[in-house]
Amino acid sequence: MTMTFEKTVLDMATTELREVNSRLQAAAKAQANTAYEIANPRGAHAVAVGLDGPLEVRVKGSAGYYCAGMNKEASVTVEGSAGPGVAENMMSGVVTIEGDASQYAGATGHGGLLNIKGNASSRCGISMKGIDIVVHGNIGHMSAFMAQKGNLVVLGDAGDALGDSLYEARLFVRGTVKSLGADCIEKEMRPEHLELLKVLLDKAGAAARPEEFRRYGSARRLYNFNIDHADEY
Amino acid sequence: MDKTPQTDPRQSWTFSREINSEIRRAAATGIYDIRGGGAKRRVPHFDDLLFLGASMSRYPLEGYREKCDTSVTLGTRFAKKPIELKIPITIAGMSFGALSGHAKEALGRGATMAGTSTTTGDGGMTEEERGHSEKLVYQYLPSRYGMNPDDLRRADAIEIVVGQGAKPGGGGMLLGQKITERVAGMRDLPVGIDQRSACRHPDWTGPDDLEIKILELREITNWEKPIYIKVGGARPYYDVALAVKAGADVVVLDGMQGGTAATQDVFIEHVGQPTLACIRPAVQALQDLGMHREVQLVVSGGIRSGADVAKALALGADAVSIGTAALVAIGDNDPKWEAEYRKLGSTAGAYDDWHEGRDPAGITTQDPELMQRLDPEAAGRKLRNYLNVMTLECQTIARACGHNHVHNLEPEDLCALTLEAAAMARVPLAGTDWFPGKTGL
Repeated sequence: MTMTFEKTVLDMATTELREVNSRLQAAAKAQANTAYEIANPRGAHAVAVGLDGPLEVRVKGSAGYYCAGMNKEASVTVEGSAGPGVAENMMSGVVTIEGDASQYAGATGHGGLLNIKGNASSRCGISMKGIDIVVHGNIGHMSAFMAQKGNLVVLGDAGDALGDSLYEARLFVRGTVKSLGADCIEKEMRPEHLELLKVLLDKAGAAARPEEFRRYGSARRLYNFNIDHADEY
Repeated sequence: MDKTPQTDPRQSWTFSREINSEIRRAAATGIYDIRGGGAKRRVPHFDDLLFLGASMSRYPLEGYREKCDTSVTLGTRFAKKPIELKIPITIAGMSFGALSGHAKEALGRGATMAGTSTTTGDGGMTEEERGHSEKLVYQYLPSRYGMNPDDLRRADAIEIVVGQGAKPGGGGMLLGQKITERVAGMRDLPVGIDQRSACRHPDWTGPDDLEIKILELREITNWEKPIYIKVGGARPYYDVALAVKAGADVVVLDGMQGGTAATQDVFIEHVGQPTLACIRPAVQALQDLGMHREVQLVVSGGIRSGADVAKALALGADAVSIGTAALVAIGDNDPKWEAEYRKLGSTAGAYDDWHEGRDPAGITTQDPELMQRLDPEAAGRKLRNYLNVMTLECQTIARACGHNHVHNLEPEDLCALTLEAAAMARVPLAGTDWFPGKTGL
């Protein structure tokens, strides 16, 4: 069943950021499953942050820093590109970026899906703690640095030092990896990983087959300090 | 025949017994020494300052009779709900993980009874401390372990940690032996592995970015919570100025005597500035920006008594914060555990292997049996008593200097015992009207 919602338009050309976020946060908290459209974001920072409930938000243009930060349950779509730290510390819900994402996309995210249709810059998924991130294009250097949990799926290429100091996050890359970071290694793609990847690709609407990807993870050699591994740092 | 007199064996100052033992330890293990606490070396400190007291030119207040206010409000610049404290002494951030749940509860209980705030640490907010802390400051750290918007909203203030005095420029490492299931679960990491706390925030890189980060935090919390920025004592003038520029309501400045749960000894002893050296440049920065008292300054690192509190306030701080002293008050390094400290190769007063999780006092541990040694209610009462004593001491000094509020203490009330302290505190050397660097002679 497809549900349709009445859509409320908040125009940032005439409405202050505080008012916009207050309205969105109240609507999310009301659990009313309503829909909002943010007109004229013009790169504003901290748009649609701290939403805590089911809500659909469409940002009609590009957003600045920390768009959809700490999102819970809400579905936020940016019909443009997003600045640094999009969906940082996201807990649940879905954040979709139609364009590109700047650095630290999905940083420290705990859950939910961050779906980037374009490219993501450096440090994508840094210190991620359970979030799923799907990037349809390429990602920049030092992505998944100290990534703890969750899945990072990249349909394009990855830059230098992928997965440096990685913990238990799983990284899937279809294209080339310029270099791997400390303690990050290629790992066997087992059936359960192909199955997981299929689910993630389907959720993100990505036109790719799981078999085309390679899996990377932690060698777990840096998990407990050992002086013999000092050259790794 | 008389024996030829012998010169007593002479120990080298440069290669002392202590230094040589560290060289042998390093040679045997190949690993640098990691420990908790702050700088142990002697550095110029509040002990090197004295209050002048009232005299012919100053009128004292009557002890036990005339009011001397100690209240302080933190976060008056932007926050809708500033924090009102009865006393100018807060409890510094210390993590659950480094400390036991009982210890966090004790800190919350003691702080609440004394009318002040306590602070979370790396590892997130526990029910013990939220439940027992009337006013709780939530630390926002580079690791973001346990960070979530629900806890952010139920905090009374947010402290963005840029650095700490024990290790400005450094992160941390909670060793695997303290990573129980509960600690690991809160940090989203496997049990038993070393947990690195990053030294840089993952999603901003400088004061311009931080300004936007603060905007985001304010938007998420309806502009209600005071935002603190905590910095280690590195370049206090510029660090404080940039914190103000980034939008801080409160700056927390932690000198090198400030403690840590665990880091390299070489870092603790050789990086950062003494607390005494940091205060005047920080206050100068606030004054130059017209923000002194508008943005509150909280000073920490080696605060032990009401005299230290009074001296920090006299130099321009709005409040102080204590960590190590609070742990001692609830039982850390208590001589009653001497036999057990000996077994660990230490002694009461010197025990600093907090990272190993074998603390006989049951404070810096996650061991269920050791944790039971700390009664959080009794320990909370001890902390309250200690905070009350410090407050009374501070009031005693303020009254003696003729002030009806501890914030009215000023540099003019002080003199210094050493040239170094005079230079750092910018107060006259005792018996003179001069301090190094003073111009206009």
